[in-house]
Amino acid sequence: MMREPVPLTMVPPDIDIVLVAINAGRGLRRRLNDMGLNEGVRFRVVQSQMAGPCIVAVDSMRFMLGHGMARKILVREA
Amino acid sequence: MKKLTIALAGNPNCGKSTVFNALTGARQHVGNYPGVTVEKKEGTLKYKGYEINVVDLPGTYSLTAYSIDELVARDYVLDEKPDVIIDIVDASNLERNLYLTTQFIELGVPLVIALNMSDLAKKQGLKIDDKRLSELLGRYFIPTVANKKEGIDELLDTAVKVAEEKNTLRKTTISYGKEVNEELGKIEEIIKGDGDLPLKYSSRWLAVKLLEEDKEVIKDIMPSSSSSSILGQAEKSRHHLNKIFGDDAEAIIADRRYGFISGACSEAVKRTYEIRHTISDRIDQILINRILGLPIFLVLMYFVFKWTFVLSEPLMGYIEAVQGWLGGAAGGMLPGGSAIQGLVVDGIIGGVGSVLIFVPIIFLLFLAIAILEDSGYMARAAFIMDKIMHKIGLHGRSFIPMLIGFGCNVPAVMATRTIDDRKDRITTILVNPLMSCGARMPVYALLIGAFFPAAMAGRVLFSLYILGMVLAVIMAKIFRRFLLRGPASPFVMELPPYRIPTIRGVIIHMWQRGALYLKKAGTIIFAGCVLIWFLSSFPWEPQYSRDYDGMIAQVEQKLASMKDVELPEQGEEEEADYLAGLTPHQKIKMELQSGIENIENKMGMEKLEKSYAGRIGHAIAPVFAPCGFNDWRTSVGLIGGFIAKEIAIMQFIIIAAAVTGSVILLVRQFMKGYRGEGGCDSCSGNTQCSSNCRGKIR
Repeated sequence: MMREPVPLTMVPPDIDIVLVAINAGRGLRRRLNDMGLNEGVRFRVVQSQMAGPCIVAVDSMRFMLGHGMARKILVREA
Repeated sequence: MKKLTIALAGNPNCGKSTVFNALTGARQHVGNYPGVTVEKKEGTLKYKGYEINVVDLPGTYSLTAYSIDELVARDYVLDEKPDVIIDIVDASNLERNLYLTTQFIELGVPLVIALNMSDLAKKQGLKIDDKRLSELLGRYFIPTVANKKEGIDELLDTAVKVAEEKNTLRKTTISYGKEVNEELGKIEEIIKGDGDLPLKYSSRWLAVKLLEEDKEVIKDIMPSSSSSSILGQAEKSRHHLNKIFGDDAEAIIADRRYGFISGACSEAVKRTYEIRHTISDRIDQILINRILGLPIFLVLMYFVFKWTFVLSEPLMGYIEAVQGWLGGAAGGMLPGGSAIQGLVVDGIIGGVGSVLIFVPIIFLLFLAIAILEDSGYMARAAFIMDKIMHKIGLHGRSFIPMLIGFGCNVPAVMATRTIDDRKDRITTILVNPLMSCGARMPVYALLIGAFFPAAMAGRVLFSLYILGMVLAVIMAKIFRRFLLRGPASPFVMELPPYRIPTIRGVIIHMWQRGALYLKKAGTIIFAGCVLIWFLSSFPWEPQYSRDYDGMIAQVEQKLASMKDVELPEQGEEEEADYLAGLTPHQKIKMELQSGIENIENKMGMEKLEKSYAGRIGHAIAPVFAPCGFNDWRTSVGLIGGFIAKEIAIMQFIIIAAAVTGSVILLVRQFMKGYRGEGGCDSCSGNTQCSSNCRGKIR
C-alpha cells in the first residue's frame, strides 16, 4: 500500500519500513545519520501521536522524533 | 608509580557511567570543562603498579562536533592525548554504536572497545564473536557486564597493555569505495606535505572530516601554511563526488561507514531470534500512552515534590536545632558582646547553617530525579512534554532543566547542555530562574507567614510556584518572539530501555549534583553571610546620638527599687485582660522592663543604621521607592538577596534581632509603613508597645 515514499508521520505502527530520504538541513541530517537513521535503514514506528512526537525502533534502539522532524523523513514499506 | 590517563567514550545510554563507576568507585571528582557547561567527571584508581586517571567524556554518537558535548569529547581526545581510549559500546545495539568506534579507529588513537551489556545482548538473541570482531576491526574487543563488574579487570589489563605498547592489533583502514578513496588520497597527500598537521591529526581522519565539511576542523587547520591548497582540494573533491553520486559527500561517507560496519557485523554477530516487543515497549504503551501519559506524569511529579518536602521537613528541623545548640554553646565559651562572639555565632555558624538547611531538600529532590533518570523515565517525560513545551517555543528537553530548577538553579542551568539548539538552550537558561528553587522556600515562607493566615499558607505557596511557571511561559514566549527568533528546532532523542536503577548508581548521581550545589552555592552563600554580618556589625562601637547606656542604667536603677514587686505569669489570656489584672505597681514594673528593651532596640537600630550596611542601605533606598518600600532597612536585606535569596532572610533575621525580635513583625512593619497605616514611632513595631499599636499590626 505504501510503494510511494510517504512522510513518517503517516505511517501506522509496526510495519517494516525503509528510510528513503531526509528533507532537512545538513546539520540535522548528519545528526540522524550519526544516530543510525541513514538512508536505506530498515526500521518501524512503535508509537505515534497526532501532531506530537513519534517513537521509532531501529534494531533494539528507540528514538523519539519530534513531529516536525518526523514530517521531514520520507519512508516506504520494506 | 607510573601514571596513565584513560578516557571513556561512547554513545549516550551505552552504560558508560556504569563502567566509570565500576572502574573508579567513589574516588570521583566532578568539575567543568573550561568555558563550557559540560560536566567533567574524573576518577582515579590504582591497578598493578599504575596510578590511573579515568576521564569520563560526554556521551556522543559521533565526533562530528554537532553539539557542545561532541565538541568537548573530540577536543579532549585531540588536545589532551589520553594514553588510551576505552570506547564503550552497547553490545545489544552493536551496529549503531560501532559508528563512533570507526571514527576513533580513523583518528588513529590507542583504543580498546568494551562490549558492554553483553549479557543483555545474549538475552536478546545476539551471539557476538568478540575475537572475530577484534580481527576484523583491528582493535581489542572485551566483553563486559559493568553493573556486575564482569570483565572489568580484563578491560583494564588490555587498556594498560595498549597504552604501554602504543600499538594496535592491526592497521585498519575503512574503505569508502574506489571514488571516495581516490579523493581522500588526494587530500591526504597535501596534508602529509604540511609540516605541522600530521603531528596533531591522523591525515586520513582529517581528509574524511574535510570531505564531510566539518566546520570545526576547517577552523582548526586555517592557521597552517598549506590550508588554502588543502581546502581547495577538498572543495574540488566534494564537487567531483557530488557529480558522480548526485549526493553530498557527507551522506556517502556515512553510508559507506555503516556499510563497513554491517559487513563486519554480519561476520561476527549471529542473531538467533528477534524480540519485536520488548518489556520496555510494553511499559511505554502505558507510560507514554496518549491519554494516560500526561496524568501519570503529573501524578509522578506530585509524588516527587510531596516526598521531597515531607521527608526534608523533620531533617531541616534537626539541622536548625543543632545549629541553635552550637550557636549557644559557642556563644557561651566566647566573651559576651565581643566581635569574635558575633563572628562565630552570627557570621560563621549562622552562615553554615543557612547553607546546610537546604541540604535535605536538595539532596532528596536530586535523589528522586536520579531515580527517574536512571530508570529511563526522564527521557519519556521529555516525550510527554514535547507537545506542550513546543507551544511555548521551547523543547521537550527543556523540561528536565526546568524541573531540576525547582531544586536548585545551578545544576539546572548545567543540565541545559543536552539541548543542541543554541536558541533553545539560551531561552531555557534565561527562564530557568523563574522556577522557584529550594532556596526561595524560606523567603516565601516568611512573606506568607507575615501576610496570610496559616490556613491559607499552602494554597498561597502553591500559587507562588504556579506564578513562577506562568511567568516563565510568558517570558519564554517573549524571548522567542523578540530576542531569539526562529522556529523551535525539531528534535530527536534516544529513549533508553527501562532499567531498574541500582542503589549505588542513584546515590552517586545524587551526590554528584548535590556536591556541585554545596560547592558552588554553598561557598557563595557562606561567604555572603559572613560578609553581610561584617557589614552590618561594623564599626563595632559607633558614635551614638544619645547616651543609651546611661538611659538603661537609669531605668535599671528604678527597677532595682521595685525588687519586691512580683509579676504574675502571663498565661493564655488576651494582652488587655492580662494588663487589666495587674496592680498599679506591677504595671509600672512592666513598663520599665519594656522600656529597657525599647532602649536596647533603639540602640541596636542606630548601630545598624550607622554600620556599613546601613549606609549602603540609605544610599540605595530611593531605587526601591517605586516598589513601595523606601526604607533603608529593606534595602539592606535586599542587598543580601543579590548573593543568594536566603541571605535576604538571614539579613532580616539579623535586623530583627536588633529591632523587634520577630522577623514576621519586622516584615509586616516594613509593608505597613508603605501602606500608611502607621506603626507608632516609639515602638518601631515592638511587641511590647505602650501605645498599643501592636493590635493594629496583628
